[in-house]
Amino acid sequence: MAEFEFETEGVKKTFTFMNRKAPYGTIYALEVLETVLISAAFEQHANIIFVDDGVYQIKAGQDTTAINMKNFSPTYGIIEMEKEDADEDDDIDMVWRIIVEKESLDARGLTEDDFKVSVEVLSAAEIADIVDASDCVISG
Amino acid sequence: MPAYTVNGTDYEHDEEGYILDVNNWNEDLAKVIAQEEGLNMTEEHWLVVNFLREYYNEYQIAPAVRVLVKAVKKKFGEEKGSNKYLYELFPYGPAKQACKVAGLPKPTGCV
Repeated sequence: MAEFEFETEGVKKTFTFMNRKAPYGTIYALEVLETVLISAAFEQHANIIFVDDGVYQIKAGQDTTAINMKNFSPTYGIIEMEKEDADEDDDIDMVWRIIVEKESLDARGLTEDDFKVSVEVLSAAEIADIVDASDCVISG
Repeated sequence: MPAYTVNGTDYEHDEEGYILDVNNWNEDLAKVIAQEEGLNMTEEHWLVVNFLREYYNEYQIAPAVRVLVKAVKKKFGEEKGSNKYLYELFPYGPAKQACKVAGLPKPTGCV
């Protein structure tokens, strides 16, 4: 029988999660969110980016009653909590950023006050640099 | 559908014993589920269960084990803030067993 060895101890990568789609109607948003949470369990660096209709994923005041689906937007609060934990606790070697693309906000008439978590607003060009500097990009 | 019967009320659960509606939970029901799991509920057990419920109410999912360990450490001190201690309380795993007692849906992931 083949034996596999995984040397994952101390491996640290920078993941960029590119959220591009509206929260409901497809499974992309929820699946990416779950992946983000798993990356926290392994203490990886993460840029969680919201562009295009993806910005609606973290919009405050969502009500899903009419479409008979679970409102999973409160779960994004965990991302903010993990980020605060990582920022405050010197024992956690984890850099997290929650980023929203400026052009997507402008096109939809949104501002950074419309979200349920605190975000950094960056231009598409600035986001391109972040993507370029990442080890791994997961988009959904 | 199988159900727990507590004080004359039926609470439906799935084939593994997780109740179907998280909003139906109450402490008497938790005691019955714990009994089925062979758990003797101490103050520490209740702390974990109540933390899980509060976290679920706020974020709509169960916490990662790491987050749970940290919360227990805060309440009970350094020596009890470990994965090992949580497994002493809930031998079949804090995720699977404590969530069941707390009335939460079965955790989907491994975390």
